[in-house]
Amino acid sequence: MPTLTYRDALNHALREEMERDPDVFLMGEEVGVYQGAYKVSRGLLQQFGERRVMDTPIAELGFAGIGVGAAMVGLRPVIEFMTWNFALLAIDEVVNSAAKLRYMSNGQLSVPIVFRGPGGAALQLGAQHSQALESWYAHVPGLKVVAPATPYDAKGLLKSAIRDNNPVVFLEGEMLYNLKGEVPEGEYTIPLGQAEVKRVGKDVTVICHSKTVATAEKAAQQLAADHGVEAEVVDLRTLRPLDTEAILASVRKTNRCVIIEEGWPFCGIGAQVCDEIQHGAFDHLDAPVERVTGADVPMPYNRSLERAAKPSVDAVIRAVRRAAYLD
Amino acid sequence: MEALSPTMEEGRVVEWLKHEGDAVVAGDVLAEVETDKAVMELQARGDGVLRKVLAPSGSTVEVGKLVAVIAGPDEDIAALIGGAAVPPRPATPPPAGPTASPPPTTQPMAPVAAGARHLKASPLARRLAGERGIELGSVAGSGPGGRVIRRDIDTLAAAPAPGVAVRGGGAAASAASFEDVPLTQIRKTIARRLAESLGPVPHFFLTTDVDMDRAWDAREALNGLGEEPRVSFNDLIVKVVATALTRHRECNAWWQGDAIRYFNDVHLGMAVAVDQGLITPVIRHADRKTLRQIATESRNLVERARARKLKPEEYTGATFSISNLGMFGIDEFTAIINPPESGIIACGAITQQPVVREGMLVVGRRMRLTMSCDHRVIDGATGARFLGTVRRMLENPLAMVW
Repeated sequence: MPTLTYRDALNHALREEMERDPDVFLMGEEVGVYQGAYKVSRGLLQQFGERRVMDTPIAELGFAGIGVGAAMVGLRPVIEFMTWNFALLAIDEVVNSAAKLRYMSNGQLSVPIVFRGPGGAALQLGAQHSQALESWYAHVPGLKVVAPATPYDAKGLLKSAIRDNNPVVFLEGEMLYNLKGEVPEGEYTIPLGQAEVKRVGKDVTVICHSKTVATAEKAAQQLAADHGVEAEVVDLRTLRPLDTEAILASVRKTNRCVIIEEGWPFCGIGAQVCDEIQHGAFDHLDAPVERVTGADVPMPYNRSLERAAKPSVDAVIRAVRRAAYLD
Repeated sequence: MEALSPTMEEGRVVEWLKHEGDAVVAGDVLAEVETDKAVMELQARGDGVLRKVLAPSGSTVEVGKLVAVIAGPDEDIAALIGGAAVPPRPATPPPAGPTASPPPTTQPMAPVAAGARHLKASPLARRLAGERGIELGSVAGSGPGGRVIRRDIDTLAAAPAPGVAVRGGGAAASAASFEDVPLTQIRKTIARRLAESLGPVPHFFLTTDVDMDRAWDAREALNGLGEEPRVSFNDLIVKVVATALTRHRECNAWWQGDAIRYFNDVHLGMAVAVDQGLITPVIRHADRKTLRQIATESRNLVERARARKLKPEEYTGATFSISNLGMFGIDEFTAIINPPESGIIACGAITQQPVVREGMLVVGRRMRLTMSCDHRVIDGATGARFLGTVRRMLENPLAMVW
């Protein structure tokens, strides 16, 4: 099976969907001539031309609004935000228009749009450029929120997101674009709303998404090798709607859970997952659910502080040990 | 039945000192109760008349269960002793027991009266206990704050409620070729505490041979002064180990799970054999006490230990322990650490042996010490250095005053 980077997996997904459906088009800053700020759209302008790949000025609210309008009249736009930090300037279009127009029009209007771009921290980008805001979008009824962790998931989920008739918030990661993984050559999609067990275990459920999946897998390896604990790693993949059944099935098996997320703790994705667990698996819990999150501070610029502010393998191991009463 | 010691789960009423009809005031001793380690006093918490005794002498009752009722002389107590209604203070309603219906979601969370023990258990443990007919209140919890967790239920042998099957019920055994002796409180506690030690605590053992000639002479010299009390070898070992611990703080520590607590004071536990079991009274600040004080105190503690009259503060809080089986002719043995301490020294008998001194074969007195160490706290070299100091001080007792 061929190996692709996460970036190229997304590129192939865009290419295939644009080939398949002439209504799909891409719009955003630097997506055309520059080949994409992160090269996700490399070669697309050459292949599809200016009507399908549109460079925009630095005006997120403007081009997000154009995208919503285009979707309302039947096109299938993919709107790229250079990062989700900048998308804050466009959040009104995402939340007040894209998410609500179908509801407010009693189904007369549809907004089959995908908003995509990298979210979360990279390396020393500073407080305003390192935010993981998935819980803000997951909060909103009317949106779907997806956060793939691997090249395979990225391609399959982006194709499904483009084909979905709902507005989808698609969260990638600057630190994920170079990640390599096996991606099959043929046509495939991954359904939205489906989590995946990335590693089977019996002693503790570790729930994660996006960049924290790699953290969870490293921690699981160390836990098995050095601590005698077999962790089950559950990659959420879609944050809204949550695959509650997959989460509960795992926790009922292991009786204890650690949730990892990049974002801040208060009202983070983990808080919602925790609520689902305490409600749906109460009698199966042998210990309180543990959370490992980004530190509750604006992301520091200093390299050591930034490292300390991100969820680490050690923090996951400590949380697992607490949940397993090993200390 | 009150929790008269931190680890008490049930008590056996030895003797009622007040009887039905007696007037009592708060503070009066109502009964003597045998706990897991000692015989303690159950006091009246209020004034009134002891109207009804529900737990006769000899009965064993769980902490939190009703044993007697003190009320006004004419107060109606029928509801309390009728058994149907949930009684108010001082008793708690019974925890989820084997007679409760299985589905965990319907097991009532019994209201807890002030002064009684709040039962902490994980939801999973509660459900498993309900399914397996185990009384949650009788399970010792190993989770934080005494929370009963799954492994506590899993390791509990399926047994009926403690107050019932443990006492008596040996009639059928008389015809067989064996006899089942029900566990006394002290045996149960020893079993539980030490099973919790050897499993989870990674023990390793260091042995050293100590030349006791000079210590022997020193003791003879001290006792030759003719003053009371006479010093035993055990007293000397207590003093030496305590002093050595002040120079090796790394061994004077408790394992706390997420930290190691290094103590600045030395409280030495001495294992004492008592009727049917073993208890470890503590000599507090043993490093600061003179040999005479240690001798007096240890004698007093041992006597009261054997009479089951030790108070909880007298057998808890040790930072390190020693155990001596020399008087039984044992040459060496490995002791089990008392958690959360991180070490224990086992002393063997002092025997006359052929030894080599300056190239010649002579007769010398030797004693073997074996130190058990918790490897999470003490590494080999650390333990070896400490044991080396103990040995040096015993081989040259004057080194203690250096």
